[in-house]
Amino acid sequence: MLAYVIRRMAYGVIVVLGVLFFLFLLFFTVTSPDDVARKALGERVPEAVVEQWKVNHGYDKPLFPEPGAWTDNMLVEHYRRMLTFDFGRSDADDTPIADRLRAGVGPSLALTVPLFTFSLLASIPLALLVALFRDTYIDRMGVVLCVLAMSVSILLYIIGAQYLIGRLLHWFPISGFDADPRVVVRFLALPLLVGLVAGIGGDVRFYRTVFIEESNTDFVRTARAKGCGEARIMGRHVLRNSLIPILTQVVLAIPFLFTGSLLLESFFGIPGLGAITVDAINGNDFSVLRTMVYIGSLLFVGGQILTDLSYGLVDPRVRLE
Amino acid sequence: MSRLLSVEGLTTRFPLAGVHVPIVDESTFAIDRGEVLALVGESGCGKSMTALSIMRLVPKPGRIHSGRVELLGRDLLGLSVTEMRAVRGGRISMIFQEPMTSLNPVMRCGDQVVEAIRLHDEVSRKDALARCRELFVQVGIPDPDARLRAYPHQLSGGLKQRVMIAMALSTRPELLIADEPTTALDVTIQAQILRQLLELRREIGMSILLITHDLGIVNELADRVAVMYAGRIIEQGERTDVLGRALHPYTQGLLRSMPALATPGRRLPEIPGVVPSPAEWPMGCRFATRCQLAEDRCRREVPGATARSDNHVASCHAVEEGRAQAPAGGEPEGAAR
Ligand SMILES: Nc1ncnc2c1ncn2[C@@H]1O[C@H](COP(=O)(O)OP(=O)(O)OP(=O)(O)O)[C@@H](O)[C@H]1O
Ligand SMILES: [Mg+2]
Repeated sequence: MLAYVIRRMAYGVIVVLGVLFFLFLLFFTVTSPDDVARKALGERVPEAVVEQWKVNHGYDKPLFPEPGAWTDNMLVEHYRRMLTFDFGRSDADDTPIADRLRAGVGPSLALTVPLFTFSLLASIPLALLVALFRDTYIDRMGVVLCVLAMSVSILLYIIGAQYLIGRLLHWFPISGFDADPRVVVRFLALPLLVGLVAGIGGDVRFYRTVFIEESNTDFVRTARAKGCGEARIMGRHVLRNSLIPILTQVVLAIPFLFTGSLLLESFFGIPGLGAITVDAINGNDFSVLRTMVYIGSLLFVGGQILTDLSYGLVDPRVRLE
Repeated sequence: MSRLLSVEGLTTRFPLAGVHVPIVDESTFAIDRGEVLALVGESGCGKSMTALSIMRLVPKPGRIHSGRVELLGRDLLGLSVTEMRAVRGGRISMIFQEPMTSLNPVMRCGDQVVEAIRLHDEVSRKDALARCRELFVQVGIPDPDARLRAYPHQLSGGLKQRVMIAMALSTRPELLIADEPTTALDVTIQAQILRQLLELRREIGMSILLITHDLGIVNELADRVAVMYAGRIIEQGERTDVLGRALHPYTQGLLRSMPALATPGRRLPEIPGVVPSPAEWPMGCRFATRCQLAEDRCRREVPGATARSDNHVASCHAVEEGRAQAPAGGEPEGAAR
């Protein structure tokens, strides 16, 4: 088991190193350090200022190892910084990236943790209910509603909620954030609602498919043959066995609660890591962006190991070795 | 002996390509207390569907269309869902054809049997577990304490089927439906399990509906035999009658193709042609497409039951008209073709 985790982590390190390499290639083949500097400083600044900016950010060195610069080049520097978690400063406004991460993770979690929890608490019972009534009109109506909810773009939900609930009804602020625990709920209400509605259709449909697939198995027939009622079958036999496919989705999502939600945060003005990422994309802020992608890949690898470990917990057939 | 189960005109239909095909068609048979009735027939003739219909567990989109299934005079098809639940596992238990997949993979074997017990009897978990242990010993599971705690994947196919049998017997049902309980297992274990089933029947005094396509097993275990072909029961009677003096050309053909009855050194005679699939069942006698005695009437009219004696009936125009071959079975006749 411990050996298994260590081996998985070793694979994970290889994946992360690969991600970092592609990130570097992609960014610097698309934009040169000069472009990045111009973007940050404006078009009209003198050449000397640009050069100074490049020196400050370490973009004046050769891209790849070459004679005379085996270690003193941007690729090695890129790896050194990422692997030692020394993220440096933003290309756009020179603030220390570590500070921004620390400031952003709180608002992100304040949004994503309740969203994740409520989504699970709502969609799994709903899906169980729909699956319990499979092939009846309740099930068919449920599926139609799910598909409808899924078909609407999240942008429409955002704009609709902001207009209807924020502007017309004045129930909650349209956007913004305040960490004060007394008012934070008011700011989170709309994005939570939108996230819940936009995600629930797909979730319920996915869980329903899993549940129905499990309820067509031979062991469910055995349970019926020994006199189990349908509700008990769903709760005891189907749910337990469905956990295996469901966990893949759920556990893998947990690490990404830290990185926040790109769309919801930027549209509702929540200063979380999702909004920071969107800003970095818009502003060509390479140093922030690579930090976010790097953290994302670390979380992804961690999530996968976590998923495998959780299989061992719910499925007695799985032995981790 | 008194009548335990009586099935009359049971018809279960599946929609196939827009037509409702009677996969089980007007089945009529009965089982007395303490009796073993063997239901035999080739693969796909509807044996499992008959069993599932009795349990009212026909998978969708199939549906029981008509008929009666009376347990001690009470029609099971008219029971409410809750009443039927008390019958399932309580008064009628079923063992399935697929031992490898019929147990819940994430529940311990003991817990699955305990659940069956506690669904029908109000006993504490501890008492149920003790009863379960006894049952494991009874059905010949070695090292029962470890097996109570084991998950199904830790057991062999034979042991899994024994757990299924223990589960089925846990409530002392009046009727056990055993759907090819041993076909998925290897030959030595087959014999062991069947012999144990018979012993347990004597101890508990239950009846068994034994589904199989192995006439050797039938010969060894059954009191009475019903032969199915393409959804219909075409002959039934005492074992000695059906196996020894078969009336229906299909039953005769089945018996001739049994290795134990064939003449050594001669190629096994087989019934010409293949079983038609449900979608292409002929309208008259369903065996007409393969029967050497088939005449126009056979292809047009569904044959009614002709009784040879009180307990031995066959549905065949040739038998009715007296132009069937002499009763076959027991002794191999000369080459069929
Ligand atoms: N879900 C289904 N939909 C449509 N047809 C089905 C379905 N399940 C079974 N059938 C058909 O019903 C017929 C009878 O099936 P059944 O399982 O009762 O056969 P069987 O006699 O038990 O055969 P075997 O010896 O292989 O177990 C088969 O021809 C099969 O094609
Ligand atoms: Mg079958």
